[in-house]
Amino acid sequence: MNAWRTPDGGRIDRSQRRRFRFDGRGYEGFAGDTLASALLANGVHLVGRSFKYHRPRGILASGAEEPNGLVTVRRDAARVTPNLRATQVDLYDGLEAVSQNRWPSLGLDFGRVNDWLSPFFPAGFYYKTFMWPKSAWKSLYEPLIRRAAGLGIAPSQADPDRYAQCYAHCDVLVVGGGAAGLAAALAAADDGARVILCDQQSEFGGGLLALRGARIEGTEPGAWAERSVAALAKNPRVVLLPRTTAFGYFAHNLVGLNERLTDHLAQPEPRRARERLWQVRARAVVLATGAIERPLVFPGNDRPAIMLAGAAREFLNRYGVRVGARAVLVTAGDAAYAAALDLHAAGVSIAAIADLRPQANGILPTAARQAGIEVLTAATVLGTLGGLRVNEIALGRTDGSGEVRPTRRLRCDVVLMCGGYTPSVHLFSQSRGKLVWNEALQCFVPGRSAECERSAGACRGIYALGEAIEDGFAAGAAAAPANSGKRRRIAVQEAAASHDAFLGALPQMHLVSTDKAFVDWQHDVTARDLLLATREGFRSIEHVKRFTTTGMATDQGKTSNLNALAIVAAAVEAPIPEVGLTTFRMPYTPTSFGSFAGASRGDLFDPVRRTPLHEWAAAEGAVFENVGLWKRARYFPRHGESMHEAVARECRSVRAACGIFDGSTLGKIEVVGADAAEFMNRLYINNWSSLGVGRSRYGILCRDDGFVYDDGVVARLAADRFHVTTTTGGAARVLAMMEDYRQTEWSALEVWLTSTTEQWAVIAVQGPNSRRVLEGLVDGIDIGPAAMPHMAVAEGRICGVPMRLMRVSFTGELGFEVNVAADYGLAVWRALHAAGAAHGICAYGTETMHVLRAEKGYIIVGQDTDGTVTPDDAGLNWAIGKTKADFVGKRSLQRASMRAATRKQLVGLQSRDGKTLLEEGAQLAETAGQVPPMRLIGHVTSSYFSAALGRPIALAMVAGGRAREGRTLYVPMPDGDVEVEVTSTVFYDPSGARVHA
Amino acid sequence: MLLIDCPYCGERPEIEFAYGGEAHLERPPNPAELDDQRWAEYLYMRSNTKGVYAERWRHARGCGRFFNALRDTTTDRFLASYKVGEPRPQLSPPAGPAA
Repeated sequence: MNAWRTPDGGRIDRSQRRRFRFDGRGYEGFAGDTLASALLANGVHLVGRSFKYHRPRGILASGAEEPNGLVTVRRDAARVTPNLRATQVDLYDGLEAVSQNRWPSLGLDFGRVNDWLSPFFPAGFYYKTFMWPKSAWKSLYEPLIRRAAGLGIAPSQADPDRYAQCYAHCDVLVVGGGAAGLAAALAAADDGARVILCDQQSEFGGGLLALRGARIEGTEPGAWAERSVAALAKNPRVVLLPRTTAFGYFAHNLVGLNERLTDHLAQPEPRRARERLWQVRARAVVLATGAIERPLVFPGNDRPAIMLAGAAREFLNRYGVRVGARAVLVTAGDAAYAAALDLHAAGVSIAAIADLRPQANGILPTAARQAGIEVLTAATVLGTLGGLRVNEIALGRTDGSGEVRPTRRLRCDVVLMCGGYTPSVHLFSQSRGKLVWNEALQCFVPGRSAECERSAGACRGIYALGEAIEDGFAAGAAAAPANSGKRRRIAVQEAAASHDAFLGALPQMHLVSTDKAFVDWQHDVTARDLLLATREGFRSIEHVKRFTTTGMATDQGKTSNLNALAIVAAAVEAPIPEVGLTTFRMPYTPTSFGSFAGASRGDLFDPVRRTPLHEWAAAEGAVFENVGLWKRARYFPRHGESMHEAVARECRSVRAACGIFDGSTLGKIEVVGADAAEFMNRLYINNWSSLGVGRSRYGILCRDDGFVYDDGVVARLAADRFHVTTTTGGAARVLAMMEDYRQTEWSALEVWLTSTTEQWAVIAVQGPNSRRVLEGLVDGIDIGPAAMPHMAVAEGRICGVPMRLMRVSFTGELGFEVNVAADYGLAVWRALHAAGAAHGICAYGTETMHVLRAEKGYIIVGQDTDGTVTPDDAGLNWAIGKTKADFVGKRSLQRASMRAATRKQLVGLQSRDGKTLLEEGAQLAETAGQVPPMRLIGHVTSSYFSAALGRPIALAMVAGGRAREGRTLYVPMPDGDVEVEVTSTVFYDPSGARVHA
Repeated sequence: MLLIDCPYCGERPEIEFAYGGEAHLERPPNPAELDDQRWAEYLYMRSNTKGVYAERWRHARGCGRFFNALRDTTTDRFLASYKVGEPRPQLSPPAGPAA
């Protein structure tokens, strides 16, 4: 039995013990506990060290807003989750948790030295201090700061768990299963709506589960919640999601939910998903997210066992835990009296209630006095004492003029505070709804909605139980498609309470108090830090936030933002709404990467496209490279060859004998219809009317701005049928561009476009022996030089299967491209490879393809061009159909700037020493020996070692490049200039005799 | 994620669509007749409206069709979607707050 547990009461199951370890020490709790409640039941308040000053910290709150109790839960070496809020960790048997941010232990932490040195660590310390010497940043400051920064330690092993994702649609999504949320779900479900109700806790009911004394329709609040949930569970149109946090509100009522499926289980079934990410598209959303109690800002307000009054009440009423033996309450309103009365009834001695108000005469204060509790009004807190737990509080009294004098020092083992409530408007604000300032409640509440959304209950400042439930009913009924507008009166008995609130720092005797008054517990931001920021000239709350880091911790300032705002507003003497509010961003509470990643990990991270010939290349030991999503064989090393050796051998084979290459990734689009030629004429720069059936042509596509967009061989198979090829990476965008013009500009044209990229396997057979390799396998086509000259196209059969054969070359050699249905690709490849054995055939990869094409000066769009290159810049003016009145890009090419002689033009480069391989991307200078800033006139786009020439070659874009042929340029590199000569782009077989062989 | 109403398929999530920029910009039938200034205006100048904007979308991962939509760029609310070739719909008085 736990020392601090009540003999009965609460929603825990005392028959089910749960053993757990915290920092290596064994404890016991019960089923239904959270880690926080179980620790408190064992008298453990000290749970962490603060972020910056390493001050001892205890549990402050009871829910998602908890800033101090961050723990790491460890199931095994790989299943380590840091930064969990102890108040949200469901206790299971065998749970193992450790505290964070302390060394060597919680009780004795050497980092505490930061607290004693804190005069040297004010806000902005890092910005101001680590400025000089510059060289120390990388070697000294950054490593030091990195070691000291952060909360918890990321797991070092890959996450072995599975994470599921799903989409859902509903009429009404209700976020929050407290009083208002349950009522909203009931009302919407009654009206026949499809409802999803989610709540971040393990049990629906929210604040109802911590309430004692009130009655709803004659029953205890907890029982009413149970009854409501049971009614909802029976309705097949209702989905109930406990342990599910709505972490983000996206456009058009898409709400992201994170459901935790196994974290509460002692032995989760390993195959079951650990979390599930829901993307819910709701016709209407009801936000019933409740309100968070605010702490008070006074010196020494962060000692362990100084906590929120409502949290103490929840630990008592829901978990049967007394948080102390002797409590002092400090409050701005009536709510803390309810807590005091419950604690008093449970046997906790109440030393006093210090009320900030000059008078406290409501029902609850009166009841407290009648119970014999001392009430001190016009009170303030001057300080606290205690090492690892508070043991004394110093109170003061304010008079009307603002003077403060000390009054009492009270011994206590717990201080409970209540500064009022902050409605949880995070999701509302994320939905782009406008917040408005409520002066009476001293908080922001939802104003005008931007989405089809309603807030209900405490999250819009309606705190009284009966009113919140009725508000929930009304919101649910209005959100349902039937929109019945039904209202329900609910009989609720609850003591009326006045929700007075206090914002900012409590009045003090001296301007500067001796101990720190914390505003943001998690990031260790004090009232003094905020005042410093305003003294340094920061006025906007967004700037103050970044300078002091207030509200920027993982709790996103749930307990601190309004106090920070009020302190800044007071300092700059502006009303709070004028100082503004920082932006609420998702996620509401930290959400695991695993849940976002879902199945998109490892092999499933991205789709992989494999060609029909992949299997053969893989078996041959090809080294693959990623081109877009494709896996392409880059080279085929033999007997431990390096890439350079393999590529040189492949190049020599193609030039001397024959090579075979997988070109299946080429984009392919079938352009068909009576107006197919007209369509191609309007789109591509070339003239297609003059292209005969059975012929092909190198086509260039520009955008209307005149810049090269894509290229590829286009074959005319019939008067009304073109086989268009595109670059591997450009296939989808070229089809999209074609569709755009076809559908929106030239819809009268009779033309159809079909992507056939994956329908064809493309096998390039290149080299002087290529015709001989094909001869024995091809049926129905005369492939002799006369019948099938360069750029001829024919349909026939190969190995008995239908084929489109093109005599094309991207190597500068006699060559063919065999197109067969993808499923036949592998068999045809094998047959060609076997037939080629007698002719010295050699499989080659993309690297060799690049070298061979560069030797011929053939460009790769996207490598030698970059979206600012015209056809003329790339030396392709010859391709333009001169007689055409228009094509996409033509008008732009006529602009003076597009024809300037100083434009960068494609040229060849050779290093003067005949040895130095230039780096792709290297810059080019006109004169040698320049120092930065240099005048640069171009850059290297392609660079390879040419086996055929026995020296490196390069392509480059150079300002006015063609006029510089024969001249020397310089490539400035870290170890000096490389001298290069500007040459023609065609390095090999400039006459083109080989291609026409 | 936006919910976009394809006039052919109905409401679908944004990931199925590709954005196509401002709508109702017709490519001049005879670009050669335009001077540089007017051609540049066609190519580059967009109204970039704050408020109701007519824009093109393509249901790229669905039916593949281009269509036009009216979207309020300040709220991301879609006010209408319509087929290519149809005139821009006249909106009834300014849309009120979300229902």
